[in-house]
Amino acid sequence: MKTICDGRSGDTRLMQGNEAFARGALEAGLSVVAGYPGTPSSEIVENLAKASTVRDIYVEWSVNEKVAMEVAAAASFAGLRSAAVMKQVGVNVASDFMLHLAESGTRGGMILISCEDPGALSSGNEGESRPFAKLFELPLLEPCDMQEAKDMTKWAFELSEEIRNLVMIRSVTRLSHASGNVTLGSLPEIEPEARYKHWGTPIDPEEGPITTFPVHYKHAQMQQKLKQAVTRFEESPFNTYEGPENPEVIIVTSSACTLYSREAIRLLGVADRVGLLKLGTTWPLPPRLMETHLAKADVIFTVEEVLPFLEDSVKILAAEISDRIGVKKFHGRSDGTLPTINELNPDLVAEGLAKILGMTYQAVDPTYTALADEATATDAPERDLAFCAGCPHRASFWSIHNALEMDGRQGFVCGDIGCYTLAFLPTGFSTLKTGHAMGSGTGIASGFGKLDRFGMDQPVLSVCGDSTFFHAVMPALVNAIHNRADMTLVVLDNSGTAMTGFQPHPGRPSDAAGNEVPALDIAKIVRAMGAHVEESDPFDVDATRHKVLELLQKGGVNVLILKQSCALCPEKKGKKLFQVDLDASVCFGENCGCNKLCTRVFKCPGLQWDPEAKAARIDEVICSGCGVCASICPSGAITKKEVA
Amino acid sequence: MATKALAADPYNLIITGVGGQGNVLASKLIGNMLADQGYYITIGETFGASQRGGSVMSHLRISSDSIQSPQIPKGKAHMVVALEPTEALRVLKEYGNPDVKVITNTRAVYSVGVVCGDDAYPSMDELRGWMDKLTAGAWFIDATDEAVKLGTAILGNVLLVGALAAIGDLPLGRDRFSEVMARTMPAGKVDINLSAFDKGLAVVSASSNNQSV
Repeated sequence: MKTICDGRSGDTRLMQGNEAFARGALEAGLSVVAGYPGTPSSEIVENLAKASTVRDIYVEWSVNEKVAMEVAAAASFAGLRSAAVMKQVGVNVASDFMLHLAESGTRGGMILISCEDPGALSSGNEGESRPFAKLFELPLLEPCDMQEAKDMTKWAFELSEEIRNLVMIRSVTRLSHASGNVTLGSLPEIEPEARYKHWGTPIDPEEGPITTFPVHYKHAQMQQKLKQAVTRFEESPFNTYEGPENPEVIIVTSSACTLYSREAIRLLGVADRVGLLKLGTTWPLPPRLMETHLAKADVIFTVEEVLPFLEDSVKILAAEISDRIGVKKFHGRSDGTLPTINELNPDLVAEGLAKILGMTYQAVDPTYTALADEATATDAPERDLAFCAGCPHRASFWSIHNALEMDGRQGFVCGDIGCYTLAFLPTGFSTLKTGHAMGSGTGIASGFGKLDRFGMDQPVLSVCGDSTFFHAVMPALVNAIHNRADMTLVVLDNSGTAMTGFQPHPGRPSDAAGNEVPALDIAKIVRAMGAHVEESDPFDVDATRHKVLELLQKGGVNVLILKQSCALCPEKKGKKLFQVDLDASVCFGENCGCNKLCTRVFKCPGLQWDPEAKAARIDEVICSGCGVCASICPSGAITKKEVA
Repeated sequence: MATKALAADPYNLIITGVGGQGNVLASKLIGNMLADQGYYITIGETFGASQRGGSVMSHLRISSDSIQSPQIPKGKAHMVVALEPTEALRVLKEYGNPDVKVITNTRAVYSVGVVCGDDAYPSMDELRGWMDKLTAGAWFIDATDEAVKLGTAILGNVLLVGALAAIGDLPLGRDRFSEVMARTMPAGKVDINLSAFDKGLAVVSASSNNQSV
């Protein structure tokens, strides 16, 4: 399959969840999509960007998620079908606008796809966006497999257009990044015409200006729309029940947990005792449908990730109709039948269900497990996460770390989100000392930079990536400059949104579809803001360390831009800057030498310690030829020669 | 479409390795070869931070009747294909059982701990010993070395797909392979991939269990 546009109606394809979301949007006649990259959501926009080469759609990587939602809303206001796509944390960023949008309503069908990461497989948190649906009184859909990912996306546009409000779809890593068979629908031939009709009164949903005013009127409208959605939910084919008519236990579940629950029932062999109520429409719950099924059993087991959001809704509803369905016993995340943190899997659900049914579940014979544990403990060395060979971040943190040591005042670095978050670990010399949201390192540094009056004399730095700079660092830097904080921001500019797959950002000369666009110059921007600006090549570790040390000892707001492309970026991958060689006879890694500085401390995977030769050596396959290790070897055993 | 009966339904296959070895591509390839024959395929991937030296794992579930959980239950793997030998051990700890089979590359990828001298990497004999104890059959294949002979180390994954086809638990015929290649690969790369697949088929067909091939 070259793009997600390939394939005719009725064809069955193996598709990734995110491909299915994108295909569903195209089948619905999407015209505009905007998002900000973030695992596990990025492939939705990337696939639509590829599709834009053969279909007339506008695809945008926006500067951040709030702007992405605003861009998508504009298309909806002009009568087009649009989507905003982001990972869960992005919904937090977009939430201010989202509250207002929910109250103002939409015109062309508009959906939000929020991809979440229970278990924090690629995230710094286990945050959830489902409560936003409740908070903002919006309908919430949760597909359970790739086919539903496509089909529910298409339906979500129809629902949005019917109720004239945003519809939220929630995915999880195990769905977005899983693949399965999907039977395709047709791609409509559409000729959308964008026109914003604003000549009516503010309460005219067709031709009035779109605002939240008059607030009470619009709020009542918003609640009416939600009720309308519930009537659709009552009839939705995405809510299903499987199992006996009078089960001992009913599992209420949604999303990927549906598949875990189904598997758990099979693992325990209890299909005749347990019913499975699978919900695709999880907020608000359809009360009549719920009543029909909750009445079937006295024990309700809610299986979801991560917080007990669905469980709480079920409990409230069950309390409201307890005169008709009787008193229930509830199990789930709240009572510890399932762990209160982390993602689920078939085993955790099976263990929980076994507990409820008074059974025991053992996946494997304990003697086998003991043997396999021993094998792993003795002969499968752990793989700690590390910067790649030739990663500019390793060089940058080497210089920052050494400058802080030389400065000697217990200075520290505030970080945020990106590959450079790994600088908490030995691979980045444990240099990062705070780590929170996008751009937070700089906001926090701005705050630390005002604490001198209370005796704080530690120098403060923050780091951010080039994409993060535009996303959320700029306001924090403005704050620091305006409020006369003392701090230094180091921009680790590796020429793209590297961690999520090199998506372009406003500092890059091309957009999501590869069109030429103006690139904004970070140095010029920060200079115009009024910061003192320096630039350096992080691979020149001596010059970089010198600059960092100088800035640490200077007051005010300083910005150091360290520019060097990611070792994995398409332009650089597989090309060596230098041929790096190591003369083992000169290496003094042991005895009274450097104590293996290059392999023990610098730890580039391209360098290996050879205990027999008592010397380091270069692994030609892994070495990317950045040449930095030649600068750090104290005995001059490592040399670099420019590759022509 | 009618499908042939499977050795187990669902059949649970795990492909494991280190970020950048072509795990995801191998799982997609096998998934497509089987989906073309009408099987329900579910692939769960664990990646994200994988390019930064971490372990990666794809769970493939093949069924004649339905989509499955993208995570295989503990202890329920039927086959493990490892692009890196210690990763096979790590998978057995979670998903192994006395009946599991393993096909593993012999080429080590050292972790940062091994690189810097903190951890020791096991010998191939030690790994072979564990496989004897933990599996019902293990094939050690010099996939990377053979792939390098064909021109590039990255073909190691395709070579192991060929080896998996030779074992015969799954209907992964050469014609299916070439069909998927023709559909998904640039024309210039099809032949070299076919050679890698054939090499994998050949090394297993010429060997018996627990042998280095």
